[in-house]
Amino acid sequence: MNKYKLYEKIILYFSITIFLIFILLPFVEMFYASLRPLDHLFRSPYQFYSDDLSFWAYREMWNTVPMLGRYIFNSFFLATSVAILTLLFVIPAAYSYARFNFPFKNSSLYILLAINMFSGAVLLIPLYKVLRTFGLLNSYQAMIVPGVAFLIPTSIWLLKSYFEKIPVDLEEAAFVDGASRVQILRHIIAPLSTPGLVVVGIYAFIGAYAQQFLFAITFNQKKEYMPIPSGLYEFIGYTTVKWNEMMAASLVGIAPVLIVFLFLQKYIVEGLTSGAVKN
Amino acid sequence: MNKKLKSFNSPTFLAYALIAPAAIYILLIVAWPVLETIRLSFTNSSLAGEDYVGFENYEKMLSSKKFNKIVTRTFVWMFFSVSLKLFIGLIGAILLNANLRGRSMFRVLIMPPWVVPIAIGMLGWLWLYNGYFGIIAGVGMHTGILDGPFGFLAYKQSAFISTIVADVWVGTPMVTVFFLAAMQGVPKDLYEAAYCDGASRWDRFFKITLPQITPVIITMSILSAIWTFNSFEIIWILTEGGPRGATTTLIIDTYKQALGNYKFGRGAARAVVVMILLTLFAGFYLALLARINKKISHG
Repeated sequence: MNKYKLYEKIILYFSITIFLIFILLPFVEMFYASLRPLDHLFRSPYQFYSDDLSFWAYREMWNTVPMLGRYIFNSFFLATSVAILTLLFVIPAAYSYARFNFPFKNSSLYILLAINMFSGAVLLIPLYKVLRTFGLLNSYQAMIVPGVAFLIPTSIWLLKSYFEKIPVDLEEAAFVDGASRVQILRHIIAPLSTPGLVVVGIYAFIGAYAQQFLFAITFNQKKEYMPIPSGLYEFIGYTTVKWNEMMAASLVGIAPVLIVFLFLQKYIVEGLTSGAVKN
Repeated sequence: MNKKLKSFNSPTFLAYALIAPAAIYILLIVAWPVLETIRLSFTNSSLAGEDYVGFENYEKMLSSKKFNKIVTRTFVWMFFSVSLKLFIGLIGAILLNANLRGRSMFRVLIMPPWVVPIAIGMLGWLWLYNGYFGIIAGVGMHTGILDGPFGFLAYKQSAFISTIVADVWVGTPMVTVFFLAAMQGVPKDLYEAAYCDGASRWDRFFKITLPQITPVIITMSILSAIWTFNSFEIIWILTEGGPRGATTTLIIDTYKQALGNYKFGRGAARAVVVMILLTLFAGFYLALLARINKKISHG
C-alpha cells in the first residue's frame, strides 16, 4: 500500500491532536486544578501558568472529607460484588444459549437486547418499592441489586459469543465417553472460557463503577455505604467549593477503574465490538 | 447421530433451568417495575396514598404546553448530540485507522470518557464551564472573544449547547471504537485491488470503506440514539435541567416529577411515554439487526 506524504502525515497528526485534546482536556484540567492552591484557582481571568504547584490537595482531601477512603473502598467493593454476581447469573444462561436449542430461544435473546435499552432512570419509582419490600434500602444491596439487573442482558450476549467459539466436538466426545455435565463444565469449558469470563467480568466491573451515581443518590442515604461519585459531592457542601481537593479526590477515585482498564483494554474493546461487527 | 448425542444437544429442561436464575432476576427487577409503572400512571399516587384516576395524568400531560415543549426539546437535543457523536466518531475512527506511529497508544487514550464514571467526568466539565475560573471562559477572555466572565451553564442557549458537548464527549469513544472495528473488518484484498486500479485514497474511502461499514453506522445511530435519549446524569449534574427548564429533557422531567415533587402518578405517566418511545427505537433496532443477520447468513 502507498505511504503517506509528509503533508498528509502532518494533517493526520494535527487532527489526532485536536481529537485527543477534546477527549482528554477535562482530565488534564482536573489534574492541573488539583495541583494548584485554592486561592490561585479562584483568579479571573484564568491563568495558564502557575509556579506554586504542589500535591498538597492530595493530603488535605482526607481531612476535608474524612470518609473519603471509605467511599473509594465502597466504589471498589460495589463494583466487584456486582461483577461477581453478574457472572454467577450469566454463566449458566450464556452457556445454555450458546449450546442448546429450545423454544423461544431467539425471541428471548432479542427481548434481552430490548431490556438493555430501558435505563434505571425511568424505573426508579417501582424499583424503590421493590427494594423497600425486601428491606434493602440504605444498604450495599440497594445499589448492587438493580446494578446487576441492568448488566445481565449485555453480559449474556457477550459471554454467549465466547462460549460459541469453543468447539462443541470436544464436549460431545467427552459426553459420549461418559463424562458428566459437571465434569465437562470443570475440565473443558471452564479452562477454555477463562479469557471470555475475564472480559465479561471486567465489562461488568466498569459498568458497575460507572452506574453508581443514580442508584446511590436515590436508594441510599447512609454515608457509610456511599460510593465515590456521590461522596464527592461533600466537597461542594461548604462555604467555598474546594475544587482542588475535589479534583484530587476524583482522580484518586477513578484510578482503580482506569488501571483495570489499562491492563485489559485490548480484550475489552475486542470483546465489545466483536458482537456488533461481524465479518 | 447417536441417541446419546441427541440427548446432549437438546435437553430443553436443562436449557431452561440454566437460564431461569437470570430470567427470574430480570423479571423481578426490570419487567415487574415496567408493569408497575404502567399501573401507577393511572393513579394519583403520591406520598399520601393513591387512587385510580383513569387517563387524567395522560390528559393533563398531553394538553400541557410545557410537556410538548419538553418533547420537542428532547428530540432537538438528541438530534444534535447523536449527529455530532456519529460525525466525530467517524472522523476519529478514520484518524485512528491510519497507519501511523503511535496509533495503538492513541486508541487507548480516547477511551477514558467511557471508562470513568459519568458523574466524575461531569465534575471536570463543571469546572471547565465555570464562567470565572474555567479554562474555556479563560481562553475566551484572553483571546478577546469574551469581554468578561461567562457562565456557560447559566444561560438558556449556552447551557443547551454545553450539555450537548458534554454528552458528545461521553458517547464519542464508544462510537469511534465500533467504527474503527468495522473499518478493520473490511477485507484487505478489496483495497489492494482498488489500489492496483489506481484509485485514490479518497475514492477508496467513499467506494469501499463507507459502503462496507454502512450496516455498523446504521446500528450505531440507533444504539446511540437510545443511549442519548436515556442520558440522565450528564444533564442532572451540569444543570439539573435548568436554567429555567432549558435543558429539561423527558428523562429529567420524569425524574423531577417523580422524585422531586413526589408525584409518582404523573412521573409514571411520563415514564410510560419514555418507554413507548424506547420500545419504538428498540423495535426499529431489532428489525434492522434481524435483517443484517439474515443478509450475513445468506451470504
